[in-house]
Amino acid sequence: MALDTRTDRRPSFTGVLWRSTVGKKTAMAVSGIVMLLYLVVHMMGNLKIFFGAPDFNSYAAWLRTIGEPFLHHEWFLWIARVVLVAAVVTHAVAAYQLSRRDIAARPTKYARPSPGRRPWPRLPQTSSGGTPIAPRLLLRRRASYATRTMRWGGVILGLFIVWHVLDLTTLTVNPRAEAGHPYQNVVATFSTWYGDVIYIVAMLALGLHIRHGFWSAAQTLGANRPGRDRLFKGLANVLAAVLTVGFIAVPVSVMTGVVS
Amino acid sequence: MRLTLRVWRQKNADAPGTMTPYEVDGISPDMSFLEMLDTLNEQLILDGDDPVAFDHDCREGICGACSLVINGDAHGPERTTTCQLHMRSFSDGDTIDIEPWRAAAFPVVKDLVVDRSAFDRIIQSGGYITAPTGSAPEAHATAVPKPAADTAFEHAECIGCGACVAACPNGSAMLFTSAKVVHLNSLPQGAPERETRVLNMVGTMDAEGFGGCTNTGECATACPKGIPLFSIATMNREFVRAARKR
Repeated sequence: MALDTRTDRRPSFTGVLWRSTVGKKTAMAVSGIVMLLYLVVHMMGNLKIFFGAPDFNSYAAWLRTIGEPFLHHEWFLWIARVVLVAAVVTHAVAAYQLSRRDIAARPTKYARPSPGRRPWPRLPQTSSGGTPIAPRLLLRRRASYATRTMRWGGVILGLFIVWHVLDLTTLTVNPRAEAGHPYQNVVATFSTWYGDVIYIVAMLALGLHIRHGFWSAAQTLGANRPGRDRLFKGLANVLAAVLTVGFIAVPVSVMTGVVS
Repeated sequence: MRLTLRVWRQKNADAPGTMTPYEVDGISPDMSFLEMLDTLNEQLILDGDDPVAFDHDCREGICGACSLVINGDAHGPERTTTCQLHMRSFSDGDTIDIEPWRAAAFPVVKDLVVDRSAFDRIIQSGGYITAPTGSAPEAHATAVPKPAADTAFEHAECIGCGACVAACPNGSAMLFTSAKVVHLNSLPQGAPERETRVLNMVGTMDAEGFGGCTNTGECATACPKGIPLFSIATMNREFVRAARKR
């Protein structure tokens, strides 16, 4: 007779993932990719503003009718909102918990930070008076600016999302707040100096966040390997640049009068 | 060469420590960094002071005993271990800061010596293969594909010095753990424990209080043995696979 050594209930797949640092990063990578895919679609939708008010407003109205008649009016929009909120919350909670842990794991700072790239030293004479042996000095590549600003960049993006929803979804803080007329509301927001500043700063933070985040997600999901590293780094840079430029194009056009 | 050293002095694990300045003279550029510290210690002993405690063993760059963060870099400015670092990498009159590895999981024992037994516990939880001991098996009994052998060898080079943890801004042991996971999981001999190995080793790593990975890449830059950053990607893949397959 074989003894039953198994416990009745084994921890679930998601439970095992969420309890480990590796799995929590997986959750961050997956939720990050969900948000990234949404942002690509969102940016393409935003660019419709260049075709004029009727085009943009009818596009916004169409978004509420996706899936009809199978889905009721605005249901698709609400499903998308629930998925996005879940992604943002997962991403933020995992980031907060991991950051707390990371800071606790490194309680003492070094007296002198790593100098990064250093100049070649003056070569001293060897004791035998012969030719000095050149040291194999390491050109240490320090973590990039994008990498070092992930946490604060994430906080900036979180605050921006709150303002952005209050401004253009609920219209609570919008200077015009005319429901059903998103084109006019967008122009009203970007006609204020603070609207432009908040938006452009947040989009620059977004670019930096994606630049490290996309490649980091490839690394976390185990998709990265020697032959693909350049591809993922290149894709991350292209995505970061396209999204930043695509989003910033709107406030810049309002400021320059291209869109009014 | 005449140098000013600023060395971390700490009497024991509970005492507070400080960076203490020392002057050393007559240093040859051909000396290794540890020989330079030996010179300092000789001088301290002659003066009746307590010599600086630091870890060292083989002094050939293969045992992983030596440590030291030199001027903010784990193992100093060259890509090698501290014992293989020579004073020709420094200039006459330099001020050199010498600190222990800094991580919550590596408490300072005395001066520059830290307790790295957390690494041993990670290895104990899965960094082995279960095989009957005795006479060596026939070499051709288990065929190992050449690419797998190369990957395994590249990762088996890890000497467990802990430079990855010291260099990581999160004090993470991901590079160390992944080196062993990838080493054994690439080989047919490691296949029976493929899933439990990665789950248990990551579990121990987390329990020891190491931080998580933010893919900063400082570990792979500091590693004297050149363990690649892709090693962490492979372990992430193995972990999710194992969590699904349990």
